[in-house]
This record gives sequence, C-alpha cells and structure tokens, in this order.
Amino acid sequence: MSAMPDIPRTSFHLEEEPHPPEGGSTMLGFWVYLMSDCLIFAILFATYGVLGGNYAAGPAPSDLFELELVAINTTFLLVSSITFGFAMLSMMQDRLRSTLIWLAVTGAFGIGFLGIELYEFLHLIHIGAGPQRSGFLSAFFLLVGTHGLHVFFGVIWLVTLMVQVTQRGLIGANRRRLMCLSMFWHFLDVIWIGVFTFVYLLGMLQ
Amino acid sequence: MEQTAPLPVSPIFGRLTLDAIPYDPIVQATFGVVVLGALAVVYLIQRYRLWGYLWNEWITTVDHKKIGIMYMILGFVMLLRGFSDAIMMRLQQVMAFGGSDGYLNAHHYDQVFTAHGVIMIFFVAMPIITGLMNYVVPLQIGTRDVAFPFLNNFSFWMTAGGAVIVMASLFLGEFAQTGWLAFPPLSGIDSAPYVGVDYYIWALQVAGVGTTLSGINLVCTILKMRAPGMNMMKMPIFSWTSLCTNILIVASFPVLTAVLVMLSLDRYVGTNFFTTDMGGNAMMYVNLIWIWGHPEVYILILPLFGVFSEVTSTFSGKRLFGYTSMVYATVVITVLAYVVWLHHFFTMGNGASVNAFFGITTMIISIPTGAKIFNWLFTMYRGRIRFELPMMWTIAFMLTFTVGGMTGVLLAVPPADFLLHNSLFLVAHFHNVIIGGVLFGTFAAVNYWWPKAFGFTLDRFWGKVSFWFWVVGFWTAFMPLYILGLMGVTRRMRVFDDPSLQIWFGIAGIGALLIALGIAAMLVQFAVSIWRRKALSDETGDPWDGRTLEWATSSPPPEYNFAFTPVVHATDAWADMKARNYARPTEGFKPIHMPANTSAGVILSGISVVLAMALIWYVWWLAILAFLAIIGYAIYHTFDYDRDCNIPAEEVAQVEQSRTERLSGAV
Ligand code: HEM
Ligand SMILES: [Cu+2]
Repeated sequence: MSAMPDIPRTSFHLEEEPHPPEGGSTMLGFWVYLMSDCLIFAILFATYGVLGGNYAAGPAPSDLFELELVAINTTFLLVSSITFGFAMLSMMQDRLRSTLIWLAVTGAFGIGFLGIELYEFLHLIHIGAGPQRSGFLSAFFLLVGTHGLHVFFGVIWLVTLMVQVTQRGLIGANRRRLMCLSMFWHFLDVIWIGVFTFVYLLGMLQ
Repeated sequence: MEQTAPLPVSPIFGRLTLDAIPYDPIVQATFGVVVLGALAVVYLIQRYRLWGYLWNEWITTVDHKKIGIMYMILGFVMLLRGFSDAIMMRLQQVMAFGGSDGYLNAHHYDQVFTAHGVIMIFFVAMPIITGLMNYVVPLQIGTRDVAFPFLNNFSFWMTAGGAVIVMASLFLGEFAQTGWLAFPPLSGIDSAPYVGVDYYIWALQVAGVGTTLSGINLVCTILKMRAPGMNMMKMPIFSWTSLCTNILIVASFPVLTAVLVMLSLDRYVGTNFFTTDMGGNAMMYVNLIWIWGHPEVYILILPLFGVFSEVTSTFSGKRLFGYTSMVYATVVITVLAYVVWLHHFFTMGNGASVNAFFGITTMIISIPTGAKIFNWLFTMYRGRIRFELPMMWTIAFMLTFTVGGMTGVLLAVPPADFLLHNSLFLVAHFHNVIIGGVLFGTFAAVNYWWPKAFGFTLDRFWGKVSFWFWVVGFWTAFMPLYILGLMGVTRRMRVFDDPSLQIWFGIAGIGALLIALGIAAMLVQFAVSIWRRKALSDETGDPWDGRTLEWATSSPPPEYNFAFTPVVHATDAWADMKARNYARPTEGFKPIHMPANTSAGVILSGISVVLAMALIWYVWWLAILAFLAIIGYAIYHTFDYDRDCNIPAEEVAQVEQSRTERLSGAV
C-alpha cells in the first residue's frame, strides 16, 4: 500500500477506494508465525544441547536409536514434501482432482511418519527409556515429540483442507490456505533435518 | 489451603474438594465484594437491556478501536487488583516488627507478592500497551483496521481469559508462592505440590497465545497497511516503537511458552528438565526465562517512549528533534535487548568474564536510551510548550525515569550487583522505571488520546490532583526502598527484626497511600469527565493541534476510520495537511469494505479457560473434552468463508455529513 503511485503533492487522499488484494497480509503473517514457531524449536534444540549429555547413569543415544527406522521415517517426510510440491503444482494448473490426490498421498506419508515415531516412542518407554528417565531423554522426547505434534496437526489441517477444496474448489481463499499449509509442511521438513542431524546422527557418533 | 501431602485425585472432580475454598476471612470478604459487584453489574445490564448491545457492539467486535478500549479497561481493572496487593504488602511490612507477625501468614504473603508481580506485568502493563497500540497504530498509519481483525478479537479474549484464571485462584485453591518468575526447584512439584504454580503456568500460557498472535497481527499491519506515501521513514514514532515492540513480542514470547511447557512437563509428567537430580538443570530455566524476560521489559517501555515522543512534539508545537536518531535508537534497543539477559543473575555462578560481557552490554544499551532523553529535551528547547496533562506526565517521566535508569546502570556493574542483588534497592529500581516509565506514559497517553476515543477531553482539575498524588506518592513510596536496599534489606521479606528499619517502611506506606489517592482521583477524573462530557466536548477531532493522522478524522472516529484513504507526503502528515490548507472532502463517497463481527474469539477463549481449569485441578476427562472442543470449533470456524460486509456509500455520506454539520457548529 505504501508504494507511491504518482500522486501530486497537493493531493491528500485517494478518490477511489484502494482494493488491496484480499488476504494480502496472510502470507506474511503466516511466515512471521512460522518464525515464532521456529524460535520454540530453537529453544528445544538449545535445551537438548544442554541436557543431551545428562544420561543420569541411564541409556545414551547409541544404546537407543535405530538408524534404519529413522532413515525410513526421514524418507517418508522428505518424500511427503515433494508430493506436497506436486499438489501445489497441480493447484497452479487448476487441476482439482490431481491436487486432491497429491494431498492425500502427502497425508498418507505424514501418517506413516507419525506411526513410526509413535512406535519408536512406545518402544523406548517399554524398555524403560521414557521421558522421566534422564535429562537427556526428557529433552529428546520434548524435541522430537513437539515436531511430531506439529505433523499431527498438519495432517488434521490437511484433511480439513481436502474437504474444503472438495466443497468449494480451488477458489482464492483455498489457494491461500493451501499455500500456508505448504509453508508449514516444508518448515517441518527443515526442522526434521535438524533433528535427524543433531539428535540421531550426531547421537550415534558419540 | 496449605497442602503438604498430595491429595487423592477423584476421577470426576480431580483434586477439587470443598477445602479448596479458602477459609481466610480477608479472602472471603473480597470474594463477597466481587460477587456483589458482579451481581450489581448483571442487574444493571439486565435493567437497561444491554445484553444485545454488549454482545454485538463490544464482545464480538473486530473493530480495532473497540478492542483497544477493551484492552485498556482490562488493564485498569487489573491495576486495582494489583495495587490492592501492593497496599497489603506495605501494611504487612510496616506492622511486622518487634516480634509481631503482622496480619498475613507466610503462605498468604508469598501469594500476595507473586500475584502482585504477575498481575502488574501480564495483566496490567501488557494489556495497556497492547490496547494503546491497537487503538492508535491503524489510525496513525491511515488504515481502516489491523491486518487480521478476527485474530485481534481472539487475542483480546485470550488475554482476558488469562486474567480470569489468575482471579479464580483467589477464591479456589491458591496462587503460586514462588515470586513472579517461578524459579525451580521452588516451583517444582516437590516444593509446590498444590495448584498455585499450575494456576500461574496456565494463566500465562492462555494469555501468551493472545499476546503472540496480537504481536504477529500488528507487525503485519504496520508493514503492509500503511497509507500511500508513508514509507518507513515517514512513519510516526509511536508506530515505529510499536513495530519494534511487536517484533520483540514475536521473537520472545515463544521462549516463555517453551520454558513453561518444560516446567509443566516436570510437574505433570515427571520429566527432568529443571530438577536437581536425574540430569535436570535448574539454571537453564533461569537463563531461558530471562531470555524472554529482558526483552519483555523493553516490550513494556518502548511503546511509551513512542507516546512521549508524540506528546513532546505536539505540545512543543514542533516536529520531533532527531527523528532519524530516534528511529535508530529504537532499533538498536530492540537488537541489544537480546544480549543483556544475564544481568539478572550475575550472582549465580557465571564467572568473571561472562559477567563482564553482560555488564558492558547492559551499559551500552543505556546509550540509545539516553539519546532519546536528549531528543525530547531538544524538542522542547525553544518550543512553545503547553503544560496540558499529557505534557505534565511526560516531564514527570523524564525526571523520574532518569533516576531509575541511573540506578539501573549501577546495578549493571557486577561487583555492585553482588551487594544489591535481590535487595529492596532492586525493587526500588524496577518500580522507578516501570511506574515512572510505563505507568506515567500510560497516563500521558490516556489523557492525550481520550478525546480521540470519546470525543471529549478529560477534566483538568482532577487530572492535576491525580498527577500530584501519583508523582509525590511514587517518590515517597520508593525512595525509602533505595535506602533500605543499601542497608542490605532483602526483598520478599514478611517480618523484620531490626526496629530501626520500621520508620522507612512507614514512609513507604504513606507513599503507597498517596498513590491510592492518586488512583482514586484518576477514577474521579474519568467519572467527572463523563458526567460533564457536553461541556468538555471537542467537535474538531483535533483538540491538541496534533501532527499525525489520527487527528485528521473525527472523534470518535467512524467505524471505517477515514472516509477516503489518506495520502502522506511528510512525517507529520496531519501537520503538513493543515499547513497546506487541506480541505476535507464532502462528496464523492464510495462504499467501504469492512470485516464482519465474530463470536468465535470469545467462544474459543472460554473453552481455553475451561481447559486450563481442568488441567489445574487434574480433571482429566474435562481437559480432554475441552481440548477436542477447541480443535473442533476451530475447524468449524474455518468453514465460514463469508467474513466481510460492505458499508454502502450512502451511509458513509450520512456519517460524514453529520460531521460536517458538527464542524461548522463548532467553528
Ligand atoms: C502502584 C504502586 C506499586 C506499589 C506500592 C508496589 C509495591 C510493591 C511491593 C511492596 C513489592 C514487594 C517488594 C518485596 O519483595 O519486598 C513489589 C514487588 C513487585 N512489583 Fe510492585 N508495586 C507497585 C506497582 C507495580 C507495577 C506498576 C509493576 C509492574 C508493572 C510492579 C511490579 C512488581 C514486581 C514484578 C514485583 C516483584 C514480585 C516478586 O517479588 O516476585 N509493581 N511491589
Ligand atoms: Cu534485564
């Protein structure tokens, strides 16, 4: 709005109602929100950095993590980002059906990711390495769990959007929502790369 | 109820039993007063059939001006609560000498100072600055509303929800006894097994959602919605400081959220983030909470720096001296706010070099602040100063705040801090800057913008009475605390041994009474002004000969703020328009697109309060239900695509016509 179309120095108002694009601030707003969310993850990473070595005479990362499982998990999430990209491409070409199909595929990968993570968590708790066991495990469960919770809400949001796209088609509002979800989904991917590297890979090296 | 052994948890009521109602006569009398007051309000609303009006015009409104006013009301009401706590502490400390136990037991006293600090920061200062920014920023930047009007309504109700939770703790259970930052291990489940700390956590979490979202909202509003021609360096200073404040909010409140999540996990799940064994680290809490906490103090003061800038320039009849340096000073403060947090715990084992680093950064941050003071002084220099109430508060601020700032620099010297840490000197310092800065600034702002919001000025006589009681009261109440602190008296003390100290607490108590009179005079000022609103009315919309765009529209501004979107050519846009004999357009109105009201905000916040209460009292089934309800309702709300309405051109024409008539009547 603040760009100055050639308005003479003597004119102090616009004769016509300006029509800023509807939802013009939505992308910026959502991006700022993502940055604040990013800060939460930054704090959780920092916490893991401080507490990650406090095993309290309990298990260490190399005793617990199974890299094969994490590799599958990571693949699921990375592929889901690609399929979300395909959904967005279809959206831009106004292809409703293929948008929905790619969204469904993305959601399926998301659920797969959550399933594996849940299995991992239950397994850890089962062998006595639950979040109460040590500072390291508290920080681990919180960091990975918060990411998982985000994916969970992402899936709920995705299903909601699929219903809305089915009902109303690829109208402006729905496109905007899909773009926000897409940013959210890729953001979670980036966070996961951090988790994968710092928690799992470096953990195995120790 | 003082609780030592963990209570049995019933599947239906959780740990809520009849014992949760405090049997303390003071609390019960307060409760009685609150209930009677609430009944009276309900009766009056019913009597005058105001339910529909309140619901349609206020509770569900998305108008940034009304939301701003509701924030201000919340802040002022909670100020009364926070101040009652302060008076109770002053009375206790002056009584509890020579073997006397005073009138408050330890369990009660510890809740009082904690509640006072929490309420004053989160439910007085925060709502007030958010309210000011909400009301003024869209008007100053020449737009019709904030970027996300629905979100704005939701944010307000979440903040109010947090206040409701804190107030509930007074009558059901207890509040935290940990001090306002709830350091573990004192706030851990072993030392604080009952509901106090849980009230603290959930009140802050619910309000925190509102604060963060309103921060995002205002950042987007300022970045995206400025009137044509208003580039960043033509933006009024208040909008600039608001931008920096909201950036600080977005970049610090998530830290608070995260650290409180960890504290709750320690308490509810038994994790080991901040415990003293099993690999926990309590110092991490102290670091994290101050990484939020220091930016928070700048969040509180920056908007008021903006207010003082606007007021000084308006009432000196000059443009602000050093506009550019003011902007840069604000930005530098915003950045430096993140590298000083450790000065809050120099004494907690950081080592000399770390302390030196943070001591120096702290001293550096006083430079841009000092630059601001000089800018205000030079603005006044050779100005034609009008000593209206806002200007009086501004001058009181400059004198008071400077002293507070200097004691702050003193505390930034680590060796000095080793002597003064956790003493009443510190308490005097932060009240010196908070009352002298945030509260005086609020009062300047209220006196300045009240006529904009309501169309009549505030009564000057009662304003001056209030001013003098507040200023003299503040100095009387807090200078003795500096002295006591230098003598080594620590904070948060309930009883004292040394009788020679009593006189100072007596003086401080008198100061608090003077402040009480100042508050009373201010309420009288509001009442008298409303009563005499005809005589005090201002038809021009510009009673102070203002310089920025909010004074270009009528008072109170119409729902759509400006009939035509203003075009800006200079920093003081409205002064520029007046200097060039701008004529207000009286025809050619167009229909205006506005957002429609929503009830989703208050409903979501209501369910959040239920969720919080269920979690506090371990009523798990209700917590699950409330959680599902929030998700379900939020999803349901997204199915509503039709959130706008149009104001037809005829209606705009009508509103503007009536203003034309009033203007010609006033000349
Ligand atoms: C209006 C007059 C006020 C009076 C008379 C007053 C008085 C007091 C007193 C007596 C204490 C306890 C000192 C001790 O530890 O012994 C205290 C603490 C505190 N006050 Fe105030 N206060 C006032 C206003 C404010 C305001 C406006 C704020 C912030 C916006 C504020 C924030 C705090 C905080 C954060 C604490 C520390 C609580 C703790 O120890 O955890 N106060 N105040
Ligand atoms: Cu600080």
